Amino acid sequence: MLQMKPDRLGIDEFQDQPMSLCGKSFRADMSGALYWPGERALIVADLHLEKGSAFAARGQMLPPYDTRETLARLARVIDRYEAETVIALGDSFHDSHGPDRMMPEDREALRTIQQHCEWIWVKGNHDPEISSGAGGVVVPSLAVEGITLCHEPDEGRDSHEIAGHLHPAARVTMNGFTLRRPCFVGNGRRLVMPAFGAYTGGLNVLSTAFEPLFGLGGMNVWMLGQEGCYPVASRLLSED
Amino acid sequence: MTGKRARRTSETASPGAAIRLPDVIASWFRARRWQPRPHQLALLEAAAEHRSTLLIAPTGAGKTLAGFLPSLVSLSQRRSEKKGAGLRVLYVSPLKALTVDIERNLATPIAEMGLKIRTETRTGDTSVARRQRQRIKPPEILLTTPEQVALLLSHPDAAYLFADLETVILDELHALAASKRGDLLALDLARLNTIAASPPMMIGLSATVARPTELRAFLVPQTSPDERTELSHLVVAEGGARPEVTILELDEPVPWSGHSARYAIHEIYAALQRHRLTIVFVNTRMQAELVFQELWRVNDRNLPIGLHHGSLDAARRRKVEAAMAAGTLRAVVATSTLDLGIDWGDIDLVVHVGAPKGASRFAQRIGRANHRIDEPSRALLVPANRFEVLECRAALEAAEAGAQDAELSRAGALDVLAQHTLGVACSGPFSPDALFAEVRSASPYSALSRATFDRVVDFVATGGYALRAYERFAKLRPDGEGRLRIAHPRVAQQYRLNAGTIVESPVIKVRLVGKRTLAGHRKGKPVQGGRVLGEIDEYFIEQLEPGATFAFAGEIVRFEGMRDTEAFVSRSNASDPMVPSYAGGKFPLSTHLAMRVRRMLADRDRWRVLPAPVAQWLELQAEHSAIPAEDEVLVETFPRDKRHYLVAYPFEGRLAHQTLGMLLTRRLERSGARPLGFVANDYGLAVWGARDMSAMIAAGDLDLGRLFEVDMLGDDLDAWLAGSSLMKRTFRIAAVIAGLIERRHPGREKSGRQVTMSTDLVYDVLRKHDPGHILLEAAWADTATGLLDVARLGEFLNRIRGRIRHQSLVRVSPLSVPLLLEIGVEPVSQRSREDILREAALEMMREASAPTGQ
Repeated sequence: MLQMKPDRLGIDEFQDQPMSLCGKSFRADMSGALYWPGERALIVADLHLEKGSAFAARGQMLPPYDTRETLARLARVIDRYEAETVIALGDSFHDSHGPDRMMPEDREALRTIQQHCEWIWVKGNHDPEISSGAGGVVVPSLAVEGITLCHEPDEGRDSHEIAGHLHPAARVTMNGFTLRRPCFVGNGRRLVMPAFGAYTGGLNVLSTAFEPLFGLGGMNVWMLGQEGCYPVASRLLSED
Repeated sequence: MTGKRARRTSETASPGAAIRLPDVIASWFRARRWQPRPHQLALLEAAAEHRSTLLIAPTGAGKTLAGFLPSLVSLSQRRSEKKGAGLRVLYVSPLKALTVDIERNLATPIAEMGLKIRTETRTGDTSVARRQRQRIKPPEILLTTPEQVALLLSHPDAAYLFADLETVILDELHALAASKRGDLLALDLARLNTIAASPPMMIGLSATVARPTELRAFLVPQTSPDERTELSHLVVAEGGARPEVTILELDEPVPWSGHSARYAIHEIYAALQRHRLTIVFVNTRMQAELVFQELWRVNDRNLPIGLHHGSLDAARRRKVEAAMAAGTLRAVVATSTLDLGIDWGDIDLVVHVGAPKGASRFAQRIGRANHRIDEPSRALLVPANRFEVLECRAALEAAEAGAQDAELSRAGALDVLAQHTLGVACSGPFSPDALFAEVRSASPYSALSRATFDRVVDFVATGGYALRAYERFAKLRPDGEGRLRIAHPRVAQQYRLNAGTIVESPVIKVRLVGKRTLAGHRKGKPVQGGRVLGEIDEYFIEQLEPGATFAFAGEIVRFEGMRDTEAFVSRSNASDPMVPSYAGGKFPLSTHLAMRVRRMLADRDRWRVLPAPVAQWLELQAEHSAIPAEDEVLVETFPRDKRHYLVAYPFEGRLAHQTLGMLLTRRLERSGARPLGFVANDYGLAVWGARDMSAMIAAGDLDLGRLFEVDMLGDDLDAWLAGSSLMKRTFRIAAVIAGLIERRHPGREKSGRQVTMSTDLVYDVLRKHDPGHILLEAAWADTATGLLDVARLGEFLNRIRGRIRHQSLVRVSPLSVPLLLEIGVEPVSQRSREDILREAALEMMREASAPTGQ
């Protein structure tokens, strides 16, 4: 039995969602990127560029199009917000040799973006080193306006933070139907971003890794769909 | 054809005319007062000339002994000198359990004849030490599965191992051919022909099939595939006693819809009591659970009744099988897991609940009762709803006529070819020219083009992408002599871990935990222990909420939650489980039976054989709407409950109807009929919408001829499929078989979901950037044949061109009632994912904007 869609709301209603952290406002985009209007900066986490070629080097020939797909998606959201700075929150490359394996066309695409905006690589556990060939500035982490931008979230941190690393995903069940999608997860102090890369999977926000970060105060979840970013009540979420 | 068949068998019926059995074997037959059967002698005669042969024989005809007899004869005589390891006979069966069974059955005659022949099995369960020894010092007769043959062939010593091979026996060939496992087997046979010192004789054993030609071609190398199809020799055994099949008829009317046959449970139970051992066959695992529950509900005498289906834990299944063999069970409720081969015991009745869906499957299942050829098999057919009465009648007539379904022939799968190519490379460097010729000698691949073959080789080497990114990581490299070799020994290790064509859909173990553990769980303690009941498809568990009850492993259980990759459940005392609906495991109605059903429907004279309520139902249909002629399709439009329905009755099986439903809704959407949903079953489909389709047709706004135009199988199908989860599923399987995605292995496995997740991502990226990639092509072919029945739908659309009979009605028609009753029973198979999120978000907003203080 096929149930057709009810009448649609306007698509733009869900394209991005406002959120605030440390008194600053942000926009959580349906692509999984976070725009910071005050800084004119676009933040993305866990690009995992060159994951396909990392597998190919080990004999599993995954399609070599992940880097171009990820960069093309990134270029589109940069355009949408007219961002001037891009901050990649670590694990930008699947491994430290990633930049060397990039196809010339993909390297060119990255360079083109970098010509139009300032590019900051935050180091991650997959890419503790990023060679200069990748362009941009490499930093261990970044502190802006009282907010720490880093790869791994740290439960002991005093300041507000925006991090990646965990690839959060949520599972929602409505009227007997289930959907599992990447998501933003946060509370007033901390935001963990979804992984942006084309080949990245997700970890359920109800798994133990998220517990120490969000404690008893609860978490807010924004799930990513094909046409929007949706705030979802945490009581609707379920474990895998 | 029949004349020829009869002559061949009668020629050999005079014992000893052409063939003299060696004394040891002849005296063994005499000691048991047995006569070699005509087809056994015919096979011996063919074997004397080393002719590859297909033996078609019904169950119980001594097929297996016939298959081995030539080998026993030759091994009892002076053997030719060893050129290799000394393996003479290879027996390949689709089932592990069958190899063990055959080993046991062979041991007796070999011992009694005093022959010195070593026989061993080799399956995934065989110990590593033994498997290694078998490669160096094999037995004379090795009993194994297609996967193991592929693995043996991938070792560098394969040529030595198989040098002495004289005979290959392929059991249950009808079940293997025309599947990916059959493709792999065909390629392996081609390989064996190449590497054995002289080409071995192939003996195929098969149940009765409609088109033996395909199986005959399977057995022999196709030396000039462009010019002619080579066929093996054929021996057909005399059919045994005709089966006694009856359809259960009760005074009570058969229900309009449903599949549980609950109305007939007392009569089924009464039948069990009258027989020694009964198999109750059903079509789906969930039906098995239901019927099992129902039988126990009425089991006043506490008859031992067992349950057997594919989701149950293997140990539990073995127990049931042992109990059947030991004669301690009186009945077993089973799915297709008991269809094949093995003699589990003295079964004297087969009950078939629900219509059998295919003439061949039905014949096979009836054959399970009485594995003795000269006694008739007894079967009782129990239709579960009204349409099934027609279908059961058709199946019965087919059984009486000895008719079989014709399988559509299919081209060998490319993912399997990729796996095989890598396997060949692992055994040693290969010349692409020679391998191409070898592959084409396997009948499923005889139409393979050189260009496609080269793409497959390229895929194996570098992934075969339009973007040549992975040359430096190539798995196959030229060896300087025009051949390709593997680039690294690691490649061979990877191959061996991933070989095989059986890709399980992700499953979840189900564990039964006790009350105490559960109480602990509710207090937040981790759940430990619990007995494993079996495995269930992940997608099913995904939809359950804690507290939901379902029937599983013969009990009603309550879903409590998940722990890692296991679901834990507790015993429930609910009398009516929330019955889950399995999408898998339902066979669509076969083309042959469908044709018989259509014919029966069209011919009023034949309604007399139907039970009175069913005949009256058809009379009503004739009065209020119409009965379609045999070559027509009936399309009805009518309003009901503020909705407007369009119902069609193609009788082409569920898969084809679902595909048709998807495509019709797309088209109706375009013509402005505003369709809202559809439902399909084996007989027809109903689409409902917001606009009056009768009026649209009358006004010429909707043209049924255009609506059912065959061109829907072009762009509409492509557009729908591209984003469909069906494609993703088949892509995952093709990607695993072809070696693009690694298989999960015990110990170091990721959860099934993670794998599903990543292949979906890979699929999306590949479709966007390399739409012509060979794996997408392979997945499309699999989806079109396996899941959508596109070919069948195409034949239907062509057949009914200009033969659509439209009835515009004021209310629902009698014939449509069973179909409309399925609305709400079938799970929603497709649904906009976006809507789930949107609803969840709106729910949150409603909550946020609710007045406070509530």
